[in-house]
Amino acid sequence: MEIGVFLLFALLAVTSALVVVVHRNPVYSVMSLVVTLVSTAVLFVMLGAPFLAALQVLVYTGAILVLFLFVIMLLNIERETQRTNGGWFKKLAALISAAIFVAIVGSISLQAYTGRFLEALTPESVAIEPLARELFSTYLLPFEIIGLLLLAAVVGATVLARKQDAVSPEKER
Amino acid sequence: MTQELITTLVKITLWLVVLLTTVPVMVWVERRASAFIQDRRGPNRVGPLGLVQPLADALKFIFKEDITPTAADRPLYLLAPLLAVLPALTTFALIPFGPDVVIDGRTVPLIVADVETGVLLLLALASLGVYSLVMAGYSSNNKYSLFGGIRASSQMISYELALTLAVLAALIPVGSFRLDEVVLYQQGTWLGFLPRWNVFPQFIGFMVFLIAAFAETNRVPFDLPEADSELVAGYHTEYSSMKFALFFMGEYMSMATLSALAATLYFGGWHLPGVRFSDTWYWALAQGFGILLMKVALFLLFFVWVRWSFPRFRFDQLMRLGWKVLLPVGIFNLVLVAAMTLAGWL
Amino acid sequence: MESYLPILVFVVVAILFVAAALIAARLFRRIGSGSLDRQPYECGNEPESFAHDHQFSIRYYLIAVLFVVFDVETIFLFPWAVMFDRLALFGFIEMMVFLAILVVGYIYVWNRGALNWA
Repeated sequence: MEIGVFLLFALLAVTSALVVVVHRNPVYSVMSLVVTLVSTAVLFVMLGAPFLAALQVLVYTGAILVLFLFVIMLLNIERETQRTNGGWFKKLAALISAAIFVAIVGSISLQAYTGRFLEALTPESVAIEPLARELFSTYLLPFEIIGLLLLAAVVGATVLARKQDAVSPEKER
Repeated sequence: MTQELITTLVKITLWLVVLLTTVPVMVWVERRASAFIQDRRGPNRVGPLGLVQPLADALKFIFKEDITPTAADRPLYLLAPLLAVLPALTTFALIPFGPDVVIDGRTVPLIVADVETGVLLLLALASLGVYSLVMAGYSSNNKYSLFGGIRASSQMISYELALTLAVLAALIPVGSFRLDEVVLYQQGTWLGFLPRWNVFPQFIGFMVFLIAAFAETNRVPFDLPEADSELVAGYHTEYSSMKFALFFMGEYMSMATLSALAATLYFGGWHLPGVRFSDTWYWALAQGFGILLMKVALFLLFFVWVRWSFPRFRFDQLMRLGWKVLLPVGIFNLVLVAAMTLAGWL
Repeated sequence: MESYLPILVFVVVAILFVAAALIAARLFRRIGSGSLDRQPYECGNEPESFAHDHQFSIRYYLIAVLFVVFDVETIFLFPWAVMFDRLALFGFIEMMVFLAILVVGYIYVWNRGALNWA
């Protein structure tokens, strides 16, 4: 039963991730990414981290991917990509992705080889209570710095959008 | 294992039956109430008082031609109505509808999924509803649909923040995401007659929640996404037959979701002071479900009442209300409730 | 994590319900005639332009960005809110500092007029 659910969502996550990369229409890519993130959220639940799973769905699929969709619709990317082929930019991106992939797989297999893994998190340590306690004591400073980071994000987004607005006045509502 | 699966399926079936009855009943109520408010007769030909009208409507939906525009993006066009119903329906898994009951020596909680992430998961599931609007608008390949979809989604995300802030404030004195604990917290009375409902100490939060709930469900006065005079029917302009009916159902179901959430967070959920719950499990179930549904029904009636009493906002007014009024008030309410809890008043 | 299984069951039931509704409609629906009614609806006129060629106001993008930032903020509020009684005064002060930083950003956005629509 458990292995069946795992296999289903693991497969779903991998295939949808592939669709994200391969599909020509960016709207489909975003929708596949939704499937990927929801499937990994289910895997998180199976690993005993339901809080993380809920936050992933709430923030990533509920907010960040909506932003992606908005950008795609605003810029009309779907037609842009069909016209141009990418050229050198695409090759560079492929190269960088390949390097990252090798680095990740390499470091994991190196760990497996030497047998020195990072200490695994237990379901008890990622429950809401210990998570909150750690966040508001041990990680107090990083937490407040995140606040500053978010402030920077707000300011940056506003400045960028305003600049755009000044260059090209809106055509359509 | 099988026993638990059966209990789960029974609970899910219960919700399905209730919700699928709510939709036609609400259609009838909405049309009759609007007629009453506007001093008209309303549907009165099909059955006594027009009671069979919703059934006739449903049959019509099934037999109508299903038009898919040739320019539409077919897979996404089909996906959108599914996504309209799915989040609205599954959120009911996290709404408690009665006390723990004992059946054949087994304790059964009267909630489909008794999980520690409770209301957080509910909000997460509900936030997926925005994809149905965007997908419907995008895939229809129609200007009205596209504009309606973009409007609807930006409206939804704008008011989601205020809604979340109000919910968070309601959780502070309870100290748990579990909605059944929220209900337990609200049991008892103040001064012997006033129920210990959250709505009294957190009236500001409740107002924020209520206004945001209207915006989230695209109901009047926030029905700009389907403003008929400018956008025809908004994101579902190109939908017909059963696919349109699914959007319709999704809208009423998310109204019911938010009504149930409002009843649970602010009005004591399935509990009513003075009601003694029976020891027999089916009586306790009937009591809990009955009380919860009564509260939900009152909220739904309120939705209808407001719809026929207020004009529609303009888009800039809508954005101003969401970002410049509800968001700061929501933050203020959160701080206020936190301070009150700290002082030991809650 | 057995307690989460009912949600999965609920999702499956919901999908089955939608599928059943669509299949029922498919069995009984009227088969249409012409191809004219399959054009994008534009109040009976010939469609003037391709829907996706229209541009949107940059404000929609700005709203989405601001939403993401403030939504990330709320995820920190979640553990804080439910652990409030155990974090006590120290937790309250911490969150007030965090909120103050964000309110600064909010006031900035307000003053820049990014929340104005029109």
